[in-house]
Amino acid sequence: MLIRITADPLDPQPLIEHVRRDESGAVAVFLGVVRNNNLGRRVLRLEYDAYPQMAEKKLRQVAEEVISRWPITDIAIAHRTGRLEIGETSLLVVVSSPHRDEAFEACQHAVNRIKEIVPIWKKEVWEGGETWIEGEGRTTLQPQ
Amino acid sequence: MKINVKFFAALHDMTGRRELNLEVREGLTVSDLHRDLCARFPRLADYSSGLMYSVNAEYAPADHTLGDGDEVAFIPPVSGGAHAH
Repeated sequence: MLIRITADPLDPQPLIEHVRRDESGAVAVFLGVVRNNNLGRRVLRLEYDAYPQMAEKKLRQVAEEVISRWPITDIAIAHRTGRLEIGETSLLVVVSSPHRDEAFEACQHAVNRIKEIVPIWKKEVWEGGETWIEGEGRTTLQPQ
Repeated sequence: MKINVKFFAALHDMTGRRELNLEVREGLTVSDLHRDLCARFPRLADYSSGLMYSVNAEYAPADHTLGDGDEVAFIPPVSGGAHAH
């Protein structure tokens, strides 16, 4: 298991190497990427704030939950913080397993849980303002 | 007793603080602390829906009683969605 919170750019390859085993026939890789629009607005960039000690603990909890529910071989999760430009990777979840089905399912579950319980927040910066994204569709508007 | 309070994301913007070290009375609960801080930071009072709390980096209910040296954080809803613990 590998858990990392970092302000540095995320590269999937070391995580893939970390989880891969000779008995693993599948490695599922998820990249959460900064997109250029949300709710009809053109997004310029995102800024991630985190409670690092708790976020690391909660990422570990998600990984343990996934390991207890699916027969996977290993899991690695990395989350980036700070300022991210369009196209950059904010989240990496990499899961290895003997067969592909459990790798896909475990990876998807991990991503969903991360978005529920891990104290990391994103601020969208758009033309003319910025908004902390809070839950599905909730925002705290802060026009500049 | 002494506690440390941390603010993140929108709450950091509202309070202008990353953290506060406070001397508080024994028996103070998380919701007591929230009420006291709303008096000090009025913008915090407008912001309550979906707010969660943590004590020593673990989610905690509003009626949780604080102890000396505790680290308390006011946690806005996280980016992705539901408020499940």
